[in-house]
Amino acid sequence: MLMAAVLRRTAVGILTMLLVSILIFIGTSVLPGDVANIILGQMATPESLAELRSKLGLDRPAYIRYFMWLGDMATGDLGISKAGSGAATIGTPISELIAPRLTNTLRMTAIVAIIAIPLSLSLGLLAAMYPGSRLDRAITFTTLGLISVPEFLVATFLVLVLAVHMDLLPATAYISGRETGLKLLKALALPTLTLVIVASSQIMRMTRATVLNVLSSPYIEMAILKGVPRKRIILRHALFNAVGPIVNVIALNLAYLVSGVVIVETVFSYPGLAKLMVDAVQTRDLPLVQACAMIFCATYILLIFIADMASILSNPRLRHPK
Amino acid sequence: MAALLEIDNLLIDARTDDGTMVPIVKGVSFNLDRGEVVALIGESGSGKTTIALSALGYAKPGLEFSGGEVRFDGVDVLTMASEERRELRGQRVAYLAQSAAASFNPALTIGEQVTESAILQGRMDRDTAYQRAEILYRALELPDPDRLGRRYPHQVSGGQLQRLMAAMALCGKPDLLVLDEPTTALDVTTQIEVLRAFKSVIRQEGAAALYVTHDLAVVAQIADRIVVLYGGEVQEYGSASDVINRPNHDYTRRLMSAVRPPPEAGQYAETTGEHRREVPALEVRNLTAGYGTGNARTAVKVLRDVNISVERGHSVGVIGESGCGKSTLARVISGLLPAQEGEVRLHGDTLHPDLKRRDRSDLQKIQFVFQMADTALNPRHRIDNLLGRPFEFYLGLTRSQKPEKIAELLKMVELPPDFAGRYPEELSGGQKQRINLARALAASPEILLCDEVISALDSIVGANIIELLKRLRKRTGVSFVFISHDLSTVASFADDIVVLYAGRVVEQGSTNKVLAPPYHPYTRLLISSVPELRIGWLEETMETSEAKAGIDRVVEITEVGCPFFNRCPLAIPGTCDKHVPPIREITDDHKIECHRSDEEFRHWASA
Repeated sequence: MLMAAVLRRTAVGILTMLLVSILIFIGTSVLPGDVANIILGQMATPESLAELRSKLGLDRPAYIRYFMWLGDMATGDLGISKAGSGAATIGTPISELIAPRLTNTLRMTAIVAIIAIPLSLSLGLLAAMYPGSRLDRAITFTTLGLISVPEFLVATFLVLVLAVHMDLLPATAYISGRETGLKLLKALALPTLTLVIVASSQIMRMTRATVLNVLSSPYIEMAILKGVPRKRIILRHALFNAVGPIVNVIALNLAYLVSGVVIVETVFSYPGLAKLMVDAVQTRDLPLVQACAMIFCATYILLIFIADMASILSNPRLRHPK
Repeated sequence: MAALLEIDNLLIDARTDDGTMVPIVKGVSFNLDRGEVVALIGESGSGKTTIALSALGYAKPGLEFSGGEVRFDGVDVLTMASEERRELRGQRVAYLAQSAAASFNPALTIGEQVTESAILQGRMDRDTAYQRAEILYRALELPDPDRLGRRYPHQVSGGQLQRLMAAMALCGKPDLLVLDEPTTALDVTTQIEVLRAFKSVIRQEGAAALYVTHDLAVVAQIADRIVVLYGGEVQEYGSASDVINRPNHDYTRRLMSAVRPPPEAGQYAETTGEHRREVPALEVRNLTAGYGTGNARTAVKVLRDVNISVERGHSVGVIGESGCGKSTLARVISGLLPAQEGEVRLHGDTLHPDLKRRDRSDLQKIQFVFQMADTALNPRHRIDNLLGRPFEFYLGLTRSQKPEKIAELLKMVELPPDFAGRYPEELSGGQKQRINLARALAASPEILLCDEVISALDSIVGANIIELLKRLRKRTGVSFVFISHDLSTVASFADDIVVLYAGRVVEQGSTNKVLAPPYHPYTRLLISSVPELRIGWLEETMETSEAKAGIDRVVEITEVGCPFFNRCPLAIPGTCDKHVPPIREITDDHKIECHRSDEEFRHWASA
C-alpha cells in the first residue's frame, strides 16, 4: 500500500514534469521571433536568417526540436546561451551561467529555512496552545499584517531602517563569491530577514489553524480527561496529526524561496536564479529561460513530492495497513 | 463514611450566542457509594453528560459551573487547583466516551494510549503499566492480548475499541468510572458482549461507576441505582428495581412506554392491500454490487444475489448489523452505486443501473431519506428553499406556486407553516428529520428509501416519526424500503423483513413469519440480543446457545459456503463452510437460506 502510493506519486511527478516541459516549449516557441532573429538582430536578412536557422536546426518540425531539447535536458545538457547582454555571454554553456546563481539561491533558501521553519512552528504552536490569549492575538495580528504587506515593501522598509538610518547592514547583497565569514553573513542578512518574515507568516498561520483544528477533536478531549498535561497534548497528541497540512505549506514556501523571490533579489541586487531568468527574458535568451523554468518546475514537484510522502508517512492507516 | 461522589445542588450554565447565560443543570443532587453503579438516564438535552463530566471537574467549551459542589472523596473538584484536578483525572476518576472510534488518537499505538495516564501520573512504571494493560485485555476478552498494545486504533474493530477504552480507563486503577453511553453506537450483538465485559470488569476491580445512557433496557442490566433526568433536573432517584418495576414519576413512565417492546410475532398489524397492484412497485433481482474500481471480479462485493420485492403501499424492512450491506442496497436502488449484476425494476420496468442515465421521472419516483438530517440539509438554506427545490426540479412549479405547496407539505409532516422561514439549525433533531422527510416527499415519490432515519433520535421522538410514516404510507400509498439495525423499530413498521448478513439475504418474509420460529440462526441471535427491560436479562441471555456461539465473533465475508458459519450454533462443518446454503421456502411468504431443514429448526427452537 505504501509502496504503491510512492510509485503512484513518482509517476504523477514525472508526468507533470513532461506536461510542464511541453508548456514551456510551446510558450517559448510562440513568442515572436526566434533565436536566429535575436542573434542576427538588425543585420537580419531573409537569407542569413534561413542559413542560421538551418545551422541551428530551427528549420526542423517543432516536435522533433522538442524531443531533441527534452533529450538534452534529461542528459544534463542545458544547451548554450544564444543571446546575452554582452558578447561575452553568447556561446557560454547555460550550465555555467546557472551554476553560481543556483548555488546562491540554494544557500539563501537553506539559511531562510533553517531560521523560518523552527521559528514559525513554535510561534504557531504557542498561539494554538493559548487561543484568544494576548500572546495569540499578538502573533496572529503581526503575521496577518506581514502577509498583507507586499514583500518589496518589507524589503524597502528594512533597508530604510537597518541600512540607511541605523547603518548596521549593507543595503545590497551583491556577492562576488569570494566573501567569507562575517562579511558574507552581513551581506546576506537583509534579504534573509525579509524572506524569513514572508515565509514564516504563512507557515505559522497554517500551523496554528491546523493544530487548533486537531485540538477540537474528541481524542484531545479524551486526553484532557485522562489528565494528560497540556504540553504533552500539543506535542504528542496534536502535532503528529497536523503534520500533513503543515509539511505542505512548508514545501510551498521553500519552492517559493527558490523560484519566486525575484523581487527581493532585485531589491538587494542579489545574484540568484530568479533574477537570471528575468534577465534572460529581457534579452530573449530562450534556451536559458527554458532551463530556468524547468529547474523551478522540478523544484516544486520535488518538494511537493516530499511533502506528500511526509503526510503519507505520518498517517498510520497507510503505514500499518490492517 | 461519606459517599465516594457527592453531587450537591449542582448548577451549570451554557453561554448562548448573544453572551447571556442559560441554566442547563438546575440544582442536581445525588450520591454514589464505593463499588456501586449509578445510572443517569434521560433524553438528549437532559444534561446527563454534562453532569457526568462534572465528576472530573470538566465542563465542555461554552459551559460554566455556576453553583453547587461536586465532592469526590470529600474534596470539591470544582474548586481544585488545575494541577490537582489533572491528577484526579485518569488517576482516580476515569472517563469512557460514547464513541471509542473518535476518542482514540489515530496516530498513537493502542498500548501508549491505554497506559499513558497511569505512567504520566507516576502510578506505575512503563513495564508495569503495559503488563497491567495486558491483564485488562485478557479480562475484557480481547483477541491477541500480547500484541494488541503495538497496534493502531484503525486496526481493530469498533466493539474491540469500545472495550479497549474500558482498558484505558481502568489501567490507572481509578476509584470511579464515568461511562458516557458506551454501548449506544454498537450493534446489538456487540452491545451485549461489551455490556457483559464492562459489568464483570467493574465487579472484579471493585470500582464505582456513573453510567450515562438513554436506554432503560441497558440500565436495567448494569445499574444498582437510577437517577432519571429531564431538563436538567432530577425527576426520580431510587434503586434500579424500584425505578424499573414501580416508577413513581410521570416522566419515568413515559420513558418506559417509549421503550419498544422486544420484537415478537403478532405485534404488527399488516398493511391492508388497498394500494396494491398486480406488479410490485419495486423489485430487486439477483443483485450483486460492491465498491472498488476495475471489473466485477476484482472489486469488493458488498451485496450478493439479493432478491427483494416491495408491493405498492407496503414497506420492507432491511435489517442487519453494520457492514452487512444495508446502506449499499439503498444506494444501488437509488442508482448512486450502479450494480455489478442484476437489475432494479420499478413497476415492472427495468431502471438504468446508473443514476446519471435515469430520466427525471424515474429519479422523481425514488427518493432517499438520509440518516443524518444534520448533514443532509444545507444549513445555509431556509426551509422553504430546501423544500422548494424539488418542487421546481421535478414538478416545474414557479415561484408563486411554491408557498402553498410548501405549506401543504409542512402540514403533511405535522409541522406548523411558519417553519418555512426558518433555518435547519433553529429546529430540534426530530423536526429536522421531519423536514428531511418532507424534502423527499416534495417530489411525490412512489418509493421512499429510509436509511436509519430514526437511529439518531431519542426513543420518544423516534416513536413519533414512525407513527408519522405509518400515516403517510396509508394516505399516499408510497412504498418504503426501511433500513435499520434495530429489529424493534423494523418490527413496528415493516410488512416484510429482509435479514441481511455479510451481503446475503439469510431470511426474508412477512414480519410475523420472520419473527416467529422457524428462524434462521442469525435472526434468532439478533432477536435474542435485543435488551429487555428486565433485571437479570443479560446473564440469562449470555447462557443461550446462540449467544455462546455467535457473540464476539467477527463477521467474515466468505467466498464459499455460508457466511454465518463461524458464528452459528447449528453449523455443520464440511457442509456449511463448503457449499452455498439452499433457499428453503418454509411457506410461500417466508424463505430461509440454510443447510438445516425445517424440522431441524423446529427441534432447535423447542430445545
